[in-house]
Amino acid sequence: MTILTCKDLKSGYEGIPVFDHLSFALEEGSYLCVVGENGSGKTTFLKTLLGILKPMGGTITFAPEVQGKIGYVPQQSAVQRDFPASVEEVVLSGCISRPGFRFFMRKQDHETADEKIRQMGITQLKNKSFQELSGGQQQRVLLARALCAADRLLVLDEPVTGLDPETTEQMYDMIWRLHKSGMTVIMITHDLDAAEKYADCILSFGKEVWFGTGTDFFGEHVS
Amino acid sequence: MIADLMMYLQYPFVRYALITGVLISLTASILGVTLVLKRYSHIGDGLSHVAFGAMCAATVLKLADQKMIVILPVTVLAAVLLLKGGKQKRVGGDAQIAMISAGALAVGYLLMNVSGTSSNVAGDVCSTLFGATSILTLKAGEVWLCVFLSAFVLIVYVLLYSRIFAVTFDEDFAKAEGIRADQINLMLAAASALIIVLAMNLVGSLLISALIVFPAVSAMAMFRSFRNVTICAAVISVCCALGGMIAAILLGTPVGSTIVAADIIVWALMSAAGRLLGRRA
Repeated sequence: MTILTCKDLKSGYEGIPVFDHLSFALEEGSYLCVVGENGSGKTTFLKTLLGILKPMGGTITFAPEVQGKIGYVPQQSAVQRDFPASVEEVVLSGCISRPGFRFFMRKQDHETADEKIRQMGITQLKNKSFQELSGGQQQRVLLARALCAADRLLVLDEPVTGLDPETTEQMYDMIWRLHKSGMTVIMITHDLDAAEKYADCILSFGKEVWFGTGTDFFGEHVS
Repeated sequence: MIADLMMYLQYPFVRYALITGVLISLTASILGVTLVLKRYSHIGDGLSHVAFGAMCAATVLKLADQKMIVILPVTVLAAVLLLKGGKQKRVGGDAQIAMISAGALAVGYLLMNVSGTSSNVAGDVCSTLFGATSILTLKAGEVWLCVFLSAFVLIVYVLLYSRIFAVTFDEDFAKAEGIRADQINLMLAAASALIIVLAMNLVGSLLISALIVFPAVSAMAMFRSFRNVTICAAVISVCCALGGMIAAILLGTPVGSTIVAADIIVWALMSAAGRLLGRRA
């Protein structure tokens, strides 16, 4: 099943396009790495995909199953450092788009949040304050929040930036396990080694936009 | 002391003052938590000056009895414009706020002086800026307006609490999940404008920021979850408002500055306590 189709997509800021003529289709269960230099349009693409930016042209079509149910893990620097919020509050806020949510978090939302907290192995941090956690722990919390919002499509913006090598490995491992359990993954990364190791599709931003399989990309670009 | 207080409480205007004071402080502090965390504290300050300008314009237009008809819409409109303008960044957000607030103050004062509708311009201006006694001269109608608007803002806040948290903590995530963050921001700005206009009667337009900022910052010194910070800010604000108003009545000090002084004392105590406890309550 095709989970996402972009047709002739064009996006940018304040009337100036950052990229143009982007067309591709992504199958469910793919692991897509978005690579490219800083400023080449990776984050712009992601924000357009998530509906934070309006596209300047072209269309984005999601499969009906994931419409409005995308688990987003933002760049860590985008989250406020000195914000008073407990881990539970942050994870729970991922339930805000679950079906039937009106005004207050329901019992089932609390149960979902608890389950995702357990899955990420951060149960002991549940009542801690988000701002007191280490970078790796914060990423797990943000991942748990994203999992509350989505069970089929996960979108991550440079999830390992600022993490030490060991935590980076753990993070990749966790994303890999989610992918293996059927989650479609779209991940922006600077880490080409990781992209080669994990991704089955690559979307590369640069002078021109390139989309294809990981094998083709690393065959063409690296050798 | 208690006998004195009981005697004062028999006057309806004292009871009116206490009711409105508590409601306004409660609402201001709850909105304040979000405004402080979104780095919007200055918008509150700017809006209070716009409210002052609108008040002067209302006086000049001889609308003193229905002044809210002018002040409320003008301030809400200014809130919306400030919020929109902050995003476009042609003139930086903080410069824009400074321009609007100083501009509104200057034009308001100028209008009051030139029009000559008031016999005691300095006194009128001073009481608008510092809220000298106007809280004790409220009429029943104004009290009801205040009760109604505060209750409205509180109910909307409680209903939207989950969304407000999501938008305040991480606006991009909230948008990605389909929350209309711009609408939530707009409602927060409009609600702040309403409360600021109401608070002008209580503490005067120069001191309103104190009601918004102090309880939130005090609560953040002690608590580390959004819910606890919000509850604590509300409790602090209500206690300071009640304590400040009673002290002001008994000691004959100006109401607004006494309330703010109480807020400052609580803030000093809370941040000292927070530091002693290693800020992990």
